[in-house]
This record gives sequence, C-alpha cells and structure tokens, in this order.
Amino acid sequence: MSNSTRIGREPLIRISKKDVAPWWQKAVVRVVALIAALVIDAIFIYLFTKMNPLDVFSTMFKGTFVFDYGTTFFINKLLRTLRDMATLLCIAIALAPAFKMKFWNIGAEGQVLMGGLATACVMQYFGDSLHTPALFMLMLTASIVAGAVWGFLPAFFNAKWKTNETLFTLMMNYIAIDAVACMTNIWRGDKSAMGTINQATQAGWFPNIFNQRFTLNLFIVAALMIIVFVYLRYSKQGYEISVVGESENTAKYAGINVKKVVIRTMIISGAICGICGFMTVAGKDQAISTATAGGYGFTAIIVAWMAKFNTFYMAIISFLIVFLEHGASEIANTYGGLNDYAASVITAVILFCLIGSEFFLNYSIKLRKGSKKEA
Amino acid sequence: MKKLLAILMALTLVVCLCACSSDSSTDNGGGTAKADFKVGVITIGDDTEGYTKAHKDGIRAAAKTLGLADSQIIWKENILENAGCSDAADELAAMGCKVIFSNSYGHQTYIAEVAKKYSDVTFVSMTGDFAAISGISNFKNAFTSVYQSRYISGVVAGLKLKELTEKGTLTKETQPGSFDKNGNIKVGYVGAFPFAEVVSGYTAFYLGIKSVCENVAMQVTYTQSWFDVEKEGAAAEALIADGCVIIGQHADSTGAPAATEAANKKGTIAYSVGYNVSMLEVAPNAALTSATNNWSVYYTYAIKAVMDGKAVDTNWAKGYAEDAVSITELGTACAEGTAAAVEAAVKGLKDGTVKVFDTSKFTVSTEQAGVTVDADKHVTSCKVDLSYYDYSTGSPVVVYQGDTVETIADGAFEESVHRSAPYFAIRIDGITENEIK
Repeated sequence: MSNSTRIGREPLIRISKKDVAPWWQKAVVRVVALIAALVIDAIFIYLFTKMNPLDVFSTMFKGTFVFDYGTTFFINKLLRTLRDMATLLCIAIALAPAFKMKFWNIGAEGQVLMGGLATACVMQYFGDSLHTPALFMLMLTASIVAGAVWGFLPAFFNAKWKTNETLFTLMMNYIAIDAVACMTNIWRGDKSAMGTINQATQAGWFPNIFNQRFTLNLFIVAALMIIVFVYLRYSKQGYEISVVGESENTAKYAGINVKKVVIRTMIISGAICGICGFMTVAGKDQAISTATAGGYGFTAIIVAWMAKFNTFYMAIISFLIVFLEHGASEIANTYGGLNDYAASVITAVILFCLIGSEFFLNYSIKLRKGSKKEA
Repeated sequence: MKKLLAILMALTLVVCLCACSSDSSTDNGGGTAKADFKVGVITIGDDTEGYTKAHKDGIRAAAKTLGLADSQIIWKENILENAGCSDAADELAAMGCKVIFSNSYGHQTYIAEVAKKYSDVTFVSMTGDFAAISGISNFKNAFTSVYQSRYISGVVAGLKLKELTEKGTLTKETQPGSFDKNGNIKVGYVGAFPFAEVVSGYTAFYLGIKSVCENVAMQVTYTQSWFDVEKEGAAAEALIADGCVIIGQHADSTGAPAATEAANKKGTIAYSVGYNVSMLEVAPNAALTSATNNWSVYYTYAIKAVMDGKAVDTNWAKGYAEDAVSITELGTACAEGTAAAVEAAVKGLKDGTVKVFDTSKFTVSTEQAGVTVDADKHVTSCKVDLSYYDYSTGSPVVVYQGDTVETIADGAFEESVHRSAPYFAIRIDGITENEIK
C-alpha cells in the first residue's frame, strides 16, 4: 500500500470533539448558519424565478405575522401558528423520553392517529348518550390507552425478543393509517368526504374559549411541556431513562430493570402521542382523516433531537419549524412561479443549515500545520 | 434560567389567549368599489393537479373577462379537508374578500361554519350538496351538468364501436373476448367511488354509447380514490384483459388512458375516453376525447353577480346550453363523421330534443329503494331524498333535513335540477359494478 509511507503523518484535516461551547459561541454559530441559509435561498430564488428574494422573505414572514388587516387578524394568524406549534411540540415532547433512552420511536405518526381514532370512535358512538364531562373523560382515556398500546407493542417485542424498534414502530404507522382509512370509509357512508364529526350536535368538540376551539390545546401542551421537563430532569424514572440511554450495561450494573424502563417509557411516549391525537381531533379539526397527524410525527423527531430533549427548547424549535412551514405556504399562495415544492426547498435549506451548524458546535476542525510547505 | 424561560413561555401563551378574546367580525358593509373587490379561492391542490388546475384556469379566465387584476384574487392552495380549511376561509373573509370559493367536496362543512360568521360574504362550496337545506343564506353550491358532456363523449365512443364492427375490425373472430355471452360488446369504466356523482356519470356515458351502438354492456371498476395513477392503470388493464374495447373514466389521473395506449400499441383493440383534460398527450393512438367542464362560465357568473351586489344562485348547475361543459379535441382514432354527429347530439341536448336520462332508453330489473318501474321495466317514478346525513353511527342521522322529491318528469330523470350536485343513483340494466377489492 502506497500510503504506508504516510504513517505517522498528520492528516490534512483533523476533526476533534469539542467541549461544550459557551452560549455566545452557540448564538454566533447559529446566526451565521441562518444568514448562510438565507443567502443560499436568495440565490436559489433569484436564479430560478428572477424574483426579489427580499420580497419573498417578507412574504414568508407574513405566514405568521401580518400587520395589514388589524389586530384581530394579526392575533388570529399568530394563534394558528401557535396551534400548529402546539401539535408539533406535543409530539416532540412525547418522543423525548423514548429518544433520550435511545429507543428509536419512528411511530409517533401512528400513535397520534390511533389516539385520534379512539377519540373519534367515542365521539361517534357515545356523542349522543353521554354527558359532556363523562364524554370528554372517556375520549381522553380512550386516546391515552390507544396511543399507549401502539407504543407498548414495539417496546414489548423489543424487550422480550430484541426486535428492531425502528422498523417495528415504523410499520405500526401503516397499520394505524389503514385503520383510520378503513374507519373513515365506513363513517363516510354515501358521501365522498366524511366532514366534521357530530356536526349537528357538536358533541365532543372542545369549547370555544377566547373565540377559538383550540385554546385548550395550547394549555394542555404547555402543561405537558412542564411536566415532561420535570419528569426527565428531576424524577427517578427520568434518571433511569438517561442511564439506559447512555449505556444499557451500566444501567444493568446499577440494578436498573432495563426491560421495565423501556416498556414503561414507550407507554408514556405513546400515551402522550395519544393525547395529541385527542386534542387534534376534538380541538383542532373536529374530524379524522389519515392526514390528521399531518407528517408531524416525523417532523417532531427533528424537533426532539435539535432541542436535545429539553422541552423548552423544543417549544422554540417547533415554533421555528411551523413558522417556516406557514411561510412556505404563504409563498406558494402569493407567487404563481413558486409552488409548494419550491417553497419547501427554501425552508429545507434553512433547516439544513441550522442542523448542520450543530456540527461546528460539537467538533472543531484543525488543518494540518505547515501544510503549505508541501504544496 | 430555565425556570424563567418556562414562566415566560407560559405568560406569553396566556397573554396571547387573552388578547384574542375580541370578536373577529367584519365591519365592511354595502357595495365595494371595483378596485377594492377581492375574490378568495381555496383549492385542494395546486396547478400541478388536474382537477384544481381546471378550477384555477376557470377563475383566471373569469378575472380576465371581468377586468380583475391578479392582486384581487387571493389563493389558498393545498388546503386539506380539515381545520386548515376553516383557517383559510376565515382569513380570506377577514382580508376583505367578498366572495370565497372552495373546490373540494369535503371543504363544505368547514366553509359552512365560517359562512355563519360572515353574513355579508358569499361562500361557494363547489360540488357541495347542502347549501339549500342548511339555512345559511350566504352559502352556495355549484356544479356543472357534466353528465351531458359524458353523454356526448359516450356518443364519440359509440361511433368508434360502430365503425369497428361495420368495418369488420372488431368481430367475434378478431377479438372474441370482447363480446359477452349475449353478443354485446364489452365496455369498461374506471370510477372513483360508488357515489351518485360517479353513477350519474357512467350511466350518462353508457347511454351515450347506446344511442349510437345498441348492443353494449359495461363494467365499472372502482378505485376508491379520486387520484391514483397506479390503481386506475391497473383497473384499466384488468378491464382490457377482460375484453373491454372502450375504457371510460371518472377519476383524475392519466393512469387509465396510459394503460389503454399501451394495450393499443400491442395490437389490442382498445380506446380511451378521458376526463377533465385531453388525453392525447399520454394516449395519442388510443384517446378519443375527454369529457370536461368549462368552470369559467360559472366563475364569471358568480363573481360578476357578487360585484353587482346581486344574489348568487344557491344551486347552480348548467350544461351545454351555457357552454359550461364540453368535450376535448377529438383524437385521430375517432370514427369518420364523429364531429358532425357530436354537433347534432349537442344541438339536441341544447334544444331539449335529446334527454340524457330518457326513461324509454333504459330499463331497471333490480329492486331499488324509491324506484318504481312499469311492466316493460322502464322507470316511472324515482324518489330522491335530498337530506344531508351523517352515516357514522351506523344508522343515518339527518344533519340538514331536505325534501324527498320526484325526479322523473316528462319521461326523463331530471338530473341536477333539484340540487346542483348529482343525485342519479339508479343502477340500470347493462351496467355491472365489479366488486370492490
């Protein structure tokens, strides 16, 4: 081998793990990443559409913040962003314990759908017979159980027979999607679309609080954010999760029942996803479809990872992602030349740069000293 | 630090919530100057999807006719049938749109809710079916009489069959599989769902063929989806394999014409009749024509009515008489004399001498709810319930109560007269529905 002569020589580029970066460094790297993303986007926009990138960016901003139509409009638009952020955040919160345990739960989409489906079933079949408080309790319980079961199954098989949890949870999504498709086909009857559930009676719909049906969603997620934060950070179970995540052997050595922790954590993860399904069906859509989770089950994985399982950071990142998403559809609606796909490219570049910048926070790159001499 | 952040987050949420307690009603009243006039449009897809593109083209043409600038039309694309639809409608109304259209059937329940909030804005749910019975006066439905153009596209297909048999190209010897045991020529149809809209369409298509070529039998295969290239292609392939010579469609993709073209190239006698757009691009040899809508007719009418401060029809359904429907360019495969025959048939529809669902032209042998037949099996009465139901709890629950109407008048079924959305759902003799897989 010719490179045997190079043994002992330093490589041209050396990558080494860094200590935790100070906050100002983190801020600088992220701002630079954002600027870089915007520049790349600007080039992309100009090259492909010949439009003024600044106009496009300001349109994107209007996906969430609109000042042109008065305060009510501004608040409503912002609230819709917060509502979608709450949905995304709720799933990310649900994923956090599982991912922290290094259990790759790719099945949030399905767990949310099952929670939603359970809620929808209760609304359909008990909407007329139960009183409102009992109905809501049953909806909530059913959704938690449904989500928890969808989380429990892959965990149980993993703990018992070492099945691959990534594939297992992923496949459970398709079962959930088809279960929802099947039920909506039945419920639809002679119509070509199902419409809202209990349209006439509004049974099981969240109450209108401050003029919005989804107000409760925001409170539920805010509460979950705090509870899961405390659970992961200060509880014994939260500690067990992080030990199992760091090293299963260490956990075993420390006397932690790994199987029990895995199953328990996935039940919690699935249950929170179930709650998300509950509030999406009862609070947001008042309907169910295979698009109820809207792909957020997968997007939430990015959120959970980017935030390093800190639920408060998750809130910020969820907001950013939903802001970008709403901005993208605003762009697509405003400009004929930039359809949904082009708008998605713009947001993808931003996410790519932000996630990519993490690399520079975790690792430092050193060039070989004196490399010039060799040139 | 983190606790502070938590408190801040919670506070922000609370403040935001309290701030929105003021009501979001509009204070605009009366007429709007033309330059301020705004139209809102909610679509299920965008220009890359045929159904939505047809609607968008219609709106763009209407805007041009009425002299509206691009900025006066506000689009909300890729809006699913969920809360996103209410958001979009609410936003468009708050932005000052005086008329708001949505193009997918499933949008209507959401649109109706928003319509209640903005009584001075006209909301139109295209293809919707409960505006008249909902009691919401500013909520409207519209649909074209597309069954008429399906009938005409059937005429085109019938002429082709006639030519094929008369010239001896299609006989029991050349393609034996294409005749059933009674000697009828087999025709296939790829439909989306077993709903009235589809039943009405394929029956019109079948009767169009039959008006030219008497001995035909049709099979319908459902794909259970409005748009699925693969399923529609597979359904067409199966129908062709069974011997079907013509493949009609009521689904939005090019799957069926493409499959027909492939079979045609291999030497099978198979031709396609498409929907919405001309299929000549994907099936230059096999495509005869497509049944289509000219949505601009409706959009021009509705936008102009709102601009002039007039009421829009609660149920609008127009066909050939107003040029709201048509067939696309005839393919080279069409039989000689097709153009002239089509013109004659269209003239007949316009002056009323030809009726698509003429009860003397079809028979019904199976027992069907609300349908009465005479000794010759011709329909004498068909009662249709126009109520809007919720089917989800097992037994249908009325959401909006509608009348049950007699739909047979002057020897024909009156389609799209009592409501714009189709309600012809009689299963007539000669058409079989393949079991749903």
